[in-house]
Amino acid sequence: MKKINNFLHQSLYVSPFHIAKRDNIVWWKAWIIRIIAVLIALLVCGTITIALTDINPVKMYFTMIDGVVGTPRLVWNMLQNTAILLCISLAVTPAFKMRFWNIGAEGQVLIGGLATAICMIFLGEKLPAPILITLMIISSIVLGAFWALVPAYFKTKFNSNETLFTLMMNYIAIQLVAYFTLEMSVPKGSGTPRVLEYGQLPVLFGQKYLINILIVAVITVIMHIYLKYSKQGYEISVVGESEKTARYIGINVKKVVLRTMAISGAICGIAGFLIVAGTDHSLKSDSAGGRGFTAIMVSWLAKFNPVFMVLTSLLIVFLEKGASKISEVYRLNSSFSDIITGIIIFFIIGAEFFINYKIKVNLKDKEERV
Amino acid sequence: MEQNIALELKNITKTFGNVIANKNVSLKVRKGEILSILGENGSGKTTLMNMVSGIYYPDHGQMFIDGKECIIASPKDAFNYKIGMIHQHFKLVDVFSAAENIVLGLKDEKGFDMPNYIEKIKEITEKYGFELDLQKKIYEMSVSEKQTVEIVKVLFRGADILILDEPTAVLTPQETVKLFKVLKNMRDSGKAIIIITHKLHEVLTLSDYVTVLRKGEYAGTVKTSETNEAELTEMMVGKKISLNIHRSVPENTCDRLVVQKISCMNREGTKVLDDVSFTAKSGEILGIAGIAGSGQRELLEAIAGLGHLDEGKIIYNDPKSGKEENLRDKTPLQIRQMGVRLAFVPEDRLGMGLVGNMDIVDNMMLRSYKKGKSVFLQRKAPKSLAEEIIERLEVVTPSANTPVRRLSGGNVQKILVGREIASSPTVLMAAYPVRGLDINSSYTIYNLLNEQKEKGVAVIFVGEDLDVLLELCDRILVIGSGRVTGIVDGRSATKEEIGLLMTKSSEQHDEE
Repeated sequence: MKKINNFLHQSLYVSPFHIAKRDNIVWWKAWIIRIIAVLIALLVCGTITIALTDINPVKMYFTMIDGVVGTPRLVWNMLQNTAILLCISLAVTPAFKMRFWNIGAEGQVLIGGLATAICMIFLGEKLPAPILITLMIISSIVLGAFWALVPAYFKTKFNSNETLFTLMMNYIAIQLVAYFTLEMSVPKGSGTPRVLEYGQLPVLFGQKYLINILIVAVITVIMHIYLKYSKQGYEISVVGESEKTARYIGINVKKVVLRTMAISGAICGIAGFLIVAGTDHSLKSDSAGGRGFTAIMVSWLAKFNPVFMVLTSLLIVFLEKGASKISEVYRLNSSFSDIITGIIIFFIIGAEFFINYKIKVNLKDKEERV
Repeated sequence: MEQNIALELKNITKTFGNVIANKNVSLKVRKGEILSILGENGSGKTTLMNMVSGIYYPDHGQMFIDGKECIIASPKDAFNYKIGMIHQHFKLVDVFSAAENIVLGLKDEKGFDMPNYIEKIKEITEKYGFELDLQKKIYEMSVSEKQTVEIVKVLFRGADILILDEPTAVLTPQETVKLFKVLKNMRDSGKAIIIITHKLHEVLTLSDYVTVLRKGEYAGTVKTSETNEAELTEMMVGKKISLNIHRSVPENTCDRLVVQKISCMNREGTKVLDDVSFTAKSGEILGIAGIAGSGQRELLEAIAGLGHLDEGKIIYNDPKSGKEENLRDKTPLQIRQMGVRLAFVPEDRLGMGLVGNMDIVDNMMLRSYKKGKSVFLQRKAPKSLAEEIIERLEVVTPSANTPVRRLSGGNVQKILVGREIASSPTVLMAAYPVRGLDINSSYTIYNLLNEQKEKGVAVIFVGEDLDVLLELCDRILVIGSGRVTGIVDGRSATKEEIGLLMTKSSEQHDEE
């Protein structure tokens, strides 16, 4: 009788498991969980692929890989895309670490690109390449930083909402760039962007994009050191963790906010410079291509660690390129590749839950209870 | 007799990760009885009661209500078993009245009948002797009134087993007496009451039985009438400790910090400090007593350069140069640059004094990271400081690189106080430095404060336990509603005297 009672109690009142926070997980266990998540994601994607189309999912995955690393040109392409995305992710990281929600990277990148393009057009013929490129870098940094400083200034002065402000700054930047491209298009007013001949970044070792990659690699290392070992990086962490603590120990919070946003914007400006001078050699209003927003995800996924960001940006680029290859090869609607990318990212983010929490089965000690 | 048992726990075990919060704890409470659960902070009292009220679920063990085994997997189950818990942090809607909060969430199939409910609530308040204005809004209430609302709320819902988590932590001595009176009334009408506490004298005056927990383990149950403070302390701590705070007579005192008629307002425009004047002397501990939220925080923050003052002066007498400096409207950075060595242990340890997500070393750096011209951080000195504090103050931590939020309250406080003292201050301000600390840690802190006092530091100690204030401080300043209501001598004043001063100003304000 007691047994039955117990059974009733269990089945009526207790859910079979409960969630408990993990104390601290060993790093390799975390990685096993992540790998399992990716495998499950691939399985789910495969099932959906079979259900919606008659494509063999295994073949599809190979197509995907092939579409990203199939030829040396594709590999370089992927690396260059990763570099740009990584650069923007690095740019937003200090701001996010400070809990300043800078979602204006898109605009800051475009403005940096615009500064570069203007230098290339108006000074291109007049100045020797080294001076021209230096000017391009400086102007893109200054303008990018300026674009980020405007919302930061209003935040510190009037406590305005930085999320909305930085978002709005994006639209202004997009319209500005659209106006300039229209003004400077060839022939004028046609909207076909002009190819900028002067001030292109040099080709190193026969690889067009190598210099971009190298520059971003340097920025990654610097950013890592800056955040972890510099006094300013420490101040960013303190302000982000608790503004009250920052004030308590005498950090000038406003100054830190302004300085950090200037850095964030400046690196965005560099990303814009790399896009215009190192990659596209032209400027359009969609040159940033939404990467200012994707970068936020890259940064969060890597938990603001610049080294992990290399991996997360690579992952995102891989998924994007691979998925577009699938739609191209199998002539599928592009939303299909979005579905695949979405599922995989969902599982990767979901894995973080299982890294932070564990699921415990209730009443393991059934026998003891009788 | 066994029929009378309202709640019984048998061999309850609960772990969080590797931390054992409760191990094989058993207890019984009968109807018409008050049981105290006594234990130091971190001994698992609240965790145990959270399992009874359905917030956590035990890993092992059994619970019985009225002699029948039961499973409580959610607060709803606890509610069905007529268990009501009054948490340390109240869960009330500020803009609602007392009555509205009490009936909130009630499911009545017959429809919502407020007048009827109010009748019922009145019956309850009259039966047990609560004083409560049902129409008063929560935001207008004192902490004690809010607590009353919480208690009436669980009674209204028909709870027969009441659990109160540290109910007296926020009350004045007079309010505590009132609370105990209603608790006794409830007991006499057959309710089973459990109070969680770490205050010994409360246990002795109020409860019938005491169950003691020590580091999550069951240390025994004793009948209150057959025990005394010393025995209970020994059960709690596991060893004999003396409960006397050493207090030396101040020597060579001089005026270190002279606060002159300071006033300030909060953001809503109400005066939180009103014409406050006092002097803190070197080599002396100045206690500040008052009901929570009477302006203690604002006062210390104003001195530390964190708040804006509307009026008044804060004069610091520099012991080296002999110069007088006005600290008013200076930022913490400017104060430090003036050479004023002011240490401040704020009330909000993890939100202000420390950064929870950073490790001990990085927290040590908070005060000193700017030293040196290098753009890079120097982690060597803070690291050795961290290790020194860990060793000297017996901080329990896996390593110096553990984030401080993972440490227990006592250890967090040792880190904070240790860091503040390390700067060899001339003024040390500490707001509720022993709140949430176990006996041993509390005494470590008292000793540290005394040590500083003997070194000639002007110590300002904001406390809530009047017994401690009276044992530790040389002078006690009593603050009520932002005004100084009296400064008494720590050696001759009585608890009642201070209790009266604490409430004095608020009553005067009402009359005005």
